[in-house]
Amino acid sequence: MADSATLEAVNIDQDEGNFSYPEDYAHDAGYGLNEGTVDYISNIKGEAEWIREFRHKALKIFFAKPMPTHWASKDLENIIFNDIRYYLSKGQAPTRSWDEVPDDVKKTFERLGIPEKERKYLAGVEAQFDSEAAYSNVKEELTKEGVIFVNSTEGLREHPEIFRKWFGKVIPTGDNKFSALNSAVFSGGSFIYVPPGLKVKHPLQAYFRINAENFGQFERTLIIVDEGAEVTYMEGCTAPKFETATLHSAVVELVAMKDAKIQYITVQNWSNNVFNLVTKRGLAHENAEIRWIDCNIGSRLTMKYPGVIMKGRKARGEVISIALANNGQHQDTGAKMIHAADETTSNIVAKSISVGTGQSTYRGQVHIPKHLKGCKNNTECDALLINSSSRTDTYPAITVRGNQHSTQHEASVSQVSEDQIFYMKQRGLSEGEAMSLSVNGFVNDLVREFPMEYSVELKRLIDMEMEGSVG
Amino acid sequence: MSQSLKIENLHATVDGIEILKGLTLEVPKGEVHAIMGPNGSGKSTLSKVMAGHEDYTVTAGSVMLDDINLLELEIDERSRAGFFLAFQYPHEIPGVSNANFLRAARQARLPKGEEVDAVAFYKEMYLKMDELGMDRKFTGRSVNEGFSGGEKKRNEILQMMMLEPKYAVLDETDSGLDIDALKVVAEGVNTMRSPERGFLIITHYQRLLDYIVPDVVHVMFDGRIIKTGGKDLALELEEKGYDWVTKELVPA
Ligand SMILES: Nc1ncnc2c1ncn2[C@@H]1O[C@H](COP(=O)(O)OP(=O)(O)O)[C@@H](O)[C@H]1O
Ligand SMILES: [Mg+2]
Repeated sequence: MADSATLEAVNIDQDEGNFSYPEDYAHDAGYGLNEGTVDYISNIKGEAEWIREFRHKALKIFFAKPMPTHWASKDLENIIFNDIRYYLSKGQAPTRSWDEVPDDVKKTFERLGIPEKERKYLAGVEAQFDSEAAYSNVKEELTKEGVIFVNSTEGLREHPEIFRKWFGKVIPTGDNKFSALNSAVFSGGSFIYVPPGLKVKHPLQAYFRINAENFGQFERTLIIVDEGAEVTYMEGCTAPKFETATLHSAVVELVAMKDAKIQYITVQNWSNNVFNLVTKRGLAHENAEIRWIDCNIGSRLTMKYPGVIMKGRKARGEVISIALANNGQHQDTGAKMIHAADETTSNIVAKSISVGTGQSTYRGQVHIPKHLKGCKNNTECDALLINSSSRTDTYPAITVRGNQHSTQHEASVSQVSEDQIFYMKQRGLSEGEAMSLSVNGFVNDLVREFPMEYSVELKRLIDMEMEGSVG
Repeated sequence: MSQSLKIENLHATVDGIEILKGLTLEVPKGEVHAIMGPNGSGKSTLSKVMAGHEDYTVTAGSVMLDDINLLELEIDERSRAGFFLAFQYPHEIPGVSNANFLRAARQARLPKGEEVDAVAFYKEMYLKMDELGMDRKFTGRSVNEGFSGGEKKRNEILQMMMLEPKYAVLDETDSGLDIDALKVVAEGVNTMRSPERGFLIITHYQRLLDYIVPDVVHVMFDGRIIKTGGKDLALELEEKGYDWVTKELVPA
């Protein structure tokens, strides 16, 4: 990574350390965010000094950075940082009874076929989801093979020799205001290491290790896949998580060493009050491959632009993304592809659906500097509008310097034609059924990229979103 | 209880222009009727008005499907009540496979809580596709997308066979078909002829009626039926041209 433009695009944090902090704080996180909050979290976790320092430095950066409202939604200004709880230990996890869970949420669980005990967890009635039995077999097998699969606290405490090297390096703290926030108050998330040459057979799921922290607001995930190894990771589920916390800000870093492959699959269905501001990026070494497969449904505002830095020759990056913005929702999603070596290849396929007052924004960044040779990018983004009040914006930024590269860019905005709906209705489908079948058709080629059980649920979820919004 | 598809004094406009100008005709259950007429006489308009297309406004008249007032129903309700239209220009549905579409249409006909039996459904669909000489690969392809003209028309007939309507209107299903495809399509219709079903076959040419022999032939011109006769009327029309009937119209 030689030229300054690339460095700027990657935005590697150059200054580290030289930060000091006062020793003692009240041991109560409570509401609001200050140095005491950070210490509270660090103390609870019994963290090493370098992590505490990392958090404090991040907090300073968070306060110093302005909201990115010069390019992003002004709605960000409605986040009241002082009204948020930044750490909930198990004892503080919100409890409510099943009777207090809204009927529409219960109905959704039923229609999605979510098992009884999981419903209670998802509805926030139970803080714990007992998946230990299912997970312990998997865990035993993985451990035998040398895979480390733990949460962030454990990862940094038990395996610093593996994780410290890459922690906060793919996404530097100061990448953006929310990566800084996450770096200050992170808890939960998954830390995974896959040893050289191992091709993990089954997808690893966040689901295996659900606990009070795991679906936390400020998850931190770091996945390192060593030379020639392969893994698929899945997070989220199609059931709407019934949220009391309105701000979610995760950081996910992936490192694929030479010849390694990582596939990271996300399906998220947030409730309408959630700000979901996520930073996801992967670093692909020589001949490595990183694929982000991402589906975002719901939330008040989602901002998410998974990226791949192709650092080694012949590295490959891919983002496959589906976004559905229903009434009152804003999906601001996209992809970042940073080509930093010769013969690197990237592919972006993004499809968005906007319904009613829903708004979809695509932001793509493809960076290929002049001194490189033989790089390729393909970008396709298609937007589907379900009615006239829907909005969609596309901001593709493709900076390709030099002429030894090949890039392709296609974008389309379409509507489900009235004659298509008429045709389907003539065969007996209701307006809602015709619309959801059409929308499923629109994303069908991307849905196939998801594992079977997810794709079935996704289809049902789209059906439900459409039924609720049409006729 | 009447057992027919009965159109009476139907008037319909599009953008304020009257296209159907008092059309009357009745297809009793068990019969096959043909409508012939020059381009622009309003044949497709008639079929779309019956199906409930929102571009058209019915200003007078009625359409009864047995005892059901078709014009009072929503588009999809008409379909589920047993009305089928094979389109002159079938629409494409990107990303939705033929099998999924048919299955959804079948599902829409089941009572709440009942599911289509997938195995039986596929078996039946394959059987009918075989009858129509359709390759199995069409089940996985998006509805009508990239289909040739003839393939689209065959697909319409497949849908008709799977949905088993009480009354079917076929709008120029023969146009764009070569003779072999025409025979296959006609064969499909003929196997569905039954005392329980009525057909209204719209065509511009006599040719199709060599293979689907109609009980009654109507001639349509300028939004009305101007002549009705037996199957020989089609031959006569072919021979003498439409001018022959339209001249008869000249007021005495
Ligand atoms: N949606 C429409 N808008 C305007 N004119 C139409 C529309 N549909 C049909 N027409 C007009 O109505 C007349 C009858 O058309 P059509 O029903 O397609 O005739 P046919 O099928 O007999 O050839 C034509 O003059 C045609 O231009
Ligand atoms: Mg026509």
